[in-house]
Amino acid sequence: MEILIKFLVAAVGAGTPLLFGTVGEILTEKTGHLNLGVEGMMSIGACVGFMVGYYTDNFALAILASAAAGAFSALIYAVLTVTFMANQNVTGLTLTIFGIGFANFIGIFILNKTPEGTLKLPENITAAMRGISISGLSELPVVGELLFSYSPFVYIGIIIACISAWYLNHTKAGLNLKAVGENPGAADAAGIKVTSVKYRNIILGGAICGIGGVYCSMIINGGVWISNNVGGLGWIAVALVIFANWQPAYAILGSFVFGALRVLKYYIPQSVLPFPIAFYDMLPFLITALVLVISSMRKSGRINLPAALGLNYFREER
Amino acid sequence: MSKTTDNRQTEPFARIVKRAELPAGKIILLRLWAVLLSLIAGGVFIACVGQNPFIIYGTIISGAFRSVMAFQGTVKVMIPLLISSLGVTLAFKMKFWNIGAEGQIIFGATCATFFALFFSGINHVLLVIIMFLAGFIGGGLWGLLPAIFKVKYDTNETLFTLMLNYIALHIVSYLRDGPWMDPSSQGFPKIARFDKNASLDKLFGIQFGWLIALVLVVLIFVYIKYTKQGYEISVVGESQDTARYAGMNVKMIVLRTMFLSGGICGMAGMIQATGSDITLTTSVAGGVGFTAIIVAWLAQLNPFAILLVSFLFSVLEKGSSVVQSNFGLSTDCADVLQGIILFFILGCEFFIRYRFLFRKGTHKAEKEG
Amino acid sequence: MGGHEYDRPFLYFERAGNIMAEQGKNLYAIECKKITKTFGQVVANDEIDLNVRYGEILALLGENGSGKTTLMNMLSGIYHPDSGQIFIGGKEVKINSPVDAMNLGIGMIHQHFKLVEAFPAMDNIILGTQGKKEKNKVTSEKIKAISQTYGLEIEPEKYVCEMSVSEKQTVEILKVLYKGAEILILDEPTAVLTPQETERLFQILRKMKEKGCAIIIITHKLQEVLAISDRVTILRKGKSIDTVETSSCDAQKLTELMVGRPVSLEIERPIMENRETILKVVDLTVNKSDGSKAIDDISFDIRKGEILGVAGVAGSGQKELCEAIAGLLPASKGAVLFNKENLLGKTPSEIIEKGVSMSFVPEDRLGMGLVASMGMTDNMLLKSYQKGKGPFISRKPARELADSLIKKLGIVTPGTETPVRLLSGGNVQKVLLGREIESSPSVLITAYPVRGLDINSSYTVYDLLNEQKKKNVAVMYIGEDLDVLLELSDRIMVLCHGKITGIVDAAKTTKEEIGMMMTGENRSEDKEKEAQA
Repeated sequence: MEILIKFLVAAVGAGTPLLFGTVGEILTEKTGHLNLGVEGMMSIGACVGFMVGYYTDNFALAILASAAAGAFSALIYAVLTVTFMANQNVTGLTLTIFGIGFANFIGIFILNKTPEGTLKLPENITAAMRGISISGLSELPVVGELLFSYSPFVYIGIIIACISAWYLNHTKAGLNLKAVGENPGAADAAGIKVTSVKYRNIILGGAICGIGGVYCSMIINGGVWISNNVGGLGWIAVALVIFANWQPAYAILGSFVFGALRVLKYYIPQSVLPFPIAFYDMLPFLITALVLVISSMRKSGRINLPAALGLNYFREER
Repeated sequence: MSKTTDNRQTEPFARIVKRAELPAGKIILLRLWAVLLSLIAGGVFIACVGQNPFIIYGTIISGAFRSVMAFQGTVKVMIPLLISSLGVTLAFKMKFWNIGAEGQIIFGATCATFFALFFSGINHVLLVIIMFLAGFIGGGLWGLLPAIFKVKYDTNETLFTLMLNYIALHIVSYLRDGPWMDPSSQGFPKIARFDKNASLDKLFGIQFGWLIALVLVVLIFVYIKYTKQGYEISVVGESQDTARYAGMNVKMIVLRTMFLSGGICGMAGMIQATGSDITLTTSVAGGVGFTAIIVAWLAQLNPFAILLVSFLFSVLEKGSSVVQSNFGLSTDCADVLQGIILFFILGCEFFIRYRFLFRKGTHKAEKEG
Repeated sequence: MGGHEYDRPFLYFERAGNIMAEQGKNLYAIECKKITKTFGQVVANDEIDLNVRYGEILALLGENGSGKTTLMNMLSGIYHPDSGQIFIGGKEVKINSPVDAMNLGIGMIHQHFKLVEAFPAMDNIILGTQGKKEKNKVTSEKIKAISQTYGLEIEPEKYVCEMSVSEKQTVEILKVLYKGAEILILDEPTAVLTPQETERLFQILRKMKEKGCAIIIITHKLQEVLAISDRVTILRKGKSIDTVETSSCDAQKLTELMVGRPVSLEIERPIMENRETILKVVDLTVNKSDGSKAIDDISFDIRKGEILGVAGVAGSGQKELCEAIAGLLPASKGAVLFNKENLLGKTPSEIIEKGVSMSFVPEDRLGMGLVASMGMTDNMLLKSYQKGKGPFISRKPARELADSLIKKLGIVTPGTETPVRLLSGGNVQKVLLGREIESSPSVLITAYPVRGLDINSSYTVYDLLNEQKKKNVAVMYIGEDLDVLLELSDRIMVLCHGKITGIVDAAKTTKEEIGMMMTGENRSEDKEKEAQA
C-alpha cells in the first residue's frame, strides 16, 4: 500500500513536465501549426528559468522567466511559420536543435564561471519548489500524500490544463481558435483575425512549454544543472497530444499515465518482473508508438485533429 | 499578416503579395544574403558571451583546415552526415516525413555490430560486405516499419519515426548493459572494441567510408533524376492521387522508398561504428539524423548541394571542437550557430515566393514588380 | 464595432427601409468606381465600375478569369484594391478586412463554402461575432427566428460535415443574415445545386429583395441571369463592358457581350454509324470507405463512336464510377467488360495498357491528372514511363510529344520544362486531354474537362471530343452543364445517389426531364409502368 502511494506520487511528479508540454502543444496545434520544437522550447525555458532562479533565488521570477523564454522561442517559430510561411516541420526541428544547443551551451558557459564547477540552486528556491504542506490537509493519511504533497508545479500544471480546457470549449476565443485550426479560410471570411489568433496561441503554448522545461532543470535533478535535462520529454509531449485527442483535460490523465511508465522501473523489483532497465526506459516511447498505431487504426469516433494542421495559410492564395 | 492600425479607414501597414518566380541567380543571391545576415546574428551571439566573433569564426575555419589531420577529422565528421542526408532525401522527395534517420542509423549500426562482434574471424572482405548488408537491411527495416503502418493505417510517420529513434537507442543501451557487455571491462557498461579484422580499411588516412559517400552522391542523383523509380518517387511526393491515376502502386513505392531511405541511413550507422568509432555506443548517431534532415532541406534535396552543405556543417562542427579547447566554449556552440543560420534561411525562403507591399510605397513597388 | 451586433438581424429591415424612404430608390447600396487590382503581372480588375440599388438583384456575368471573384473579394475585404473608390450607401469607404465588410452590412456567400466542417451549424453562424458566447439555446432560438423570416430550413445543432450541399448553402446564407447583412453577394451559388434546389434558392433571393436587400449574384449561366436578375453587369478580361436591363436582353446578346464577338452556341453532334458496344458495365456496386454504397448496382454500356454523357448532382457517384472502371477502386460486386474481358481485378496500369483512358479534372484542376511542379515533358511520361526496358527513363519521346501537342492544340507555355502550374487553366486542361488522346485510347473517360474554362477553350475541348468520336473512340463525358450535355452527347445517363435513374436519347429529352431524374425520379421505372399499362 505504502509503495503504491509512493509510486503514484512519483508518477504525478514525473508526469508534470509532460503535462505542461502537452497542454502547450495542444494550444499550438489547435491553430493548425504543428510545432516540433517543444523539446527546444522546453530546453530554452529550462535554461533561462534555472539561471534566473540561480541568480535571483526567487521561485516566482524563475517561473515567469521560463514562461517568457518559452514564449520568445515560440515567437521565433510563429514569425517563421505564420508570417513567413516556412515549412512547419523543418522550423520545429530547427527550433529543437537550436534550443537544446542553446541551453547546453549557456549551461556550460555559466558552469565554467563558477568556482565549484557545479550549478546548484540556492536554498530559498529549492525550499519553494518542494512539496507544499497545508496544515490539516497534508497530514491526512493517504489523501494528504496523494493530493496535497506536491511541488507547486503540479498544481500550476493542473490549473493551466483546466483553464485551457474551459478556454477551448466554452469561450468565443476558443471557438475562434478552433475555427482557425480547422479552416482558416472560413475563419478569415467570418472576420476572425487569423494571424493574430495564431500568434497569440502559439506564443501562449510556448510559454506553457517553457514552464514545463524549468520543471526539468530545477526539480528532476534536485536543483543541480546538467546538460540535456529535458531529455526527450518534449517529444513525448508531442505524441501525448494525440493520446489526449487534443483535449487538455485528457492531457492531465495522459501525462500522469506516462509519468507512471517513466518511474515504473523504481517500483517493480527485478525479482517480480525481470526486465532490463533499458526496457523500462523504452516503455514510454514504445507505448506512444502503439498509441499512434492504435489511434490511427480506429477511425471511428470524433477525432479532434485540426483539419488544417501543418498547412500554412495565405489569404490571397489562388 | 497585416496590422490594422488605430483607424479602420486606413489601409493595413503592410500586406503580403505573391511575386512572379525569381530567376535562379537572384534566388541564390537571396540565400547568400540570408547566410551573411545569420553569420552577423551569430556574431552578435558570440559577442554576447564575451568573445570576439571574428576570432571565433577564424578559429572554426582554421580548426577544420589547419592541418592534414584536421581536414581528415572534418571529413570523418562529414561521412555519416552526408550519407544519412542522402538517405532522408529519398523519403523527403516523396514527402514522407522521415525524421527517424537517427533510429535507422542506430539500428543499422547495431545489426552490423552483431557481425563485427561475433563473426570477426571470417575473411575480412567477406565480413565487410556482410556488415554493409547488415547495416543496410537493419536500417531499411527500421525505416520500413513506419512505412507499413503509414500505408496500412495512415499512421502519422513524423511521430512514429521519432518514437522509433528512442526505441533503437534503448535497444543499444540494453545490449550494452547486458548481452553485449565487454567481458573485460569489469562491469563497466560498454561494448568491446571491434577486432581489427572487423573495422573498415583506410584510404588516404581516412576510413574509406568517404569514398562510399561520394559514390552515393552520384548514385542518388542519377536515381532520382533518370530512373523510373526516381520518377515515381517525385510523382508520389507531389500528389498521391495523381500517382494513383497514373496507375502507380503507391503503397509499394512508399514501402520501397522508405526501405531504401532507412537502408542508406543504416549504412551511415554501420560506417560510423566500424570505420570511426570501432565500437558501438549509444551516441553512434549523436544527433546526425536530425542534422541530416536540415542538410537535406537546405540543399533542396539536390545531392550535389547536399555534399556542399554537409561539408560546411562538418567544418562548423569540427571547428567548434577547436573553439572548445581554445576558448572553453562548448561544442554546443555549433548547434546554436546552425540554428541561427537555419532560422535566417527559413525566413529568406519567404522572400523568394512573396514580398511585402507597404502602405506608402504601394504604387512605387508595383511599378518595380 | 458595437457590443450588440447580434441584435442587428431584427433591426436591419427597418434600417434599409428607412434609407429607401428617405432618399428614394435611386440610392446605390454599392457603387464601385474605377477599381483596379493586380496579382503580380496579371491585371485581374482594370478600372471596373459597378453599382447596385437596395431592393435589386444584379447579376455579374463574365467568363472564368474575367475578374468577377476578384472584384467581389475586394468588396468583402479579402483582397485590397490597388486603386479606385467604393461607396456604400453613398459614403466612400475602405474595406480592409472581412470585419469591415460585415460592419458595412456586406455578406459574401462563397462558391466554395467557407464552413468549418467539424462545427455544428450554430457555431459556424456565430463565428466572428462580437460579445460573449451565449447559451446554445439562446443562439438557436435567434437562428430559428431569422430562418422563419425568409422561409429557410435549418437544424442549428447539426454538424456541417453531415449536411447536404444545399443545407450547407443555407448555413452560409444564415451566416451573413445573422450578422445583419443587407448587401448579399453570392458567388456561383447554383453550381452545386439541382434545378429544383436552384429554384428554391431563387425564391429565397426574391424574398430578400422584397425585404430591401441588395443582391449581387455571380454566375456564368445565362438562363439563370435571365430568370433572377433585374440588371446585368458584364465583365470581360478584367474590364466592365456594359450594364444592361435584364428585360431588354436575351441569351445571344449576353453571350456576345461576354465573349466580345458573336459566337455560335451550337455544338456539333456528328452521328456515327456502326456503334458497337465496347465497354459493358454489369451490376456494378462500389462501396465507400465507410461502407455505404457509392455506386449501387448499375448496368450500362458504352459504344464505339458515341459520346455517353453522364449527368448528376456533384457527388452522385461520378468519381467512384470513373475510378472503378480505371481499376483504382475495388468493386464489391459486378463486372466491367471490355470486349468481353472483365477489367475488375486488373491493375490500373494493365487497364491503361488495354486502351481505357481516364482523365478526371478535380475541383482544383491539378490534383489528379497532372503533376503541378513538373514540366510538360515529365507530365507526358506519367502514364507511359514504364514503357521501354531497363531501369532508366527515356525523356526524348516525351519531349517530342510535348512539342507536337503545343503545336497541335496551340498550348501557350514558355517551354516544355515550365512547371504546368504556371500555365493558365485552359492550357493545363489541353495538356491533360491532349496526353490522354495521344495515347490513342479505345475508351476515353473524361470528367469535367471544361471545368473553369472560358467559352473558347470549352469549345476547343468539345471539338477534341467530337474528333475522338469520329475516330470511333467510345467517349464517356461526365459534365456539369446540362445544356452542353444535351447538345454534345448521343445518350445521357443520369446518376442519383449512386443509382442510374435513366439513360435517355439526348436528342429527344429536355433539361427539365433530366433535372427530375437528377433528383431521383426514376424514369426507366415510369417507362416500364407505361409499357405495362
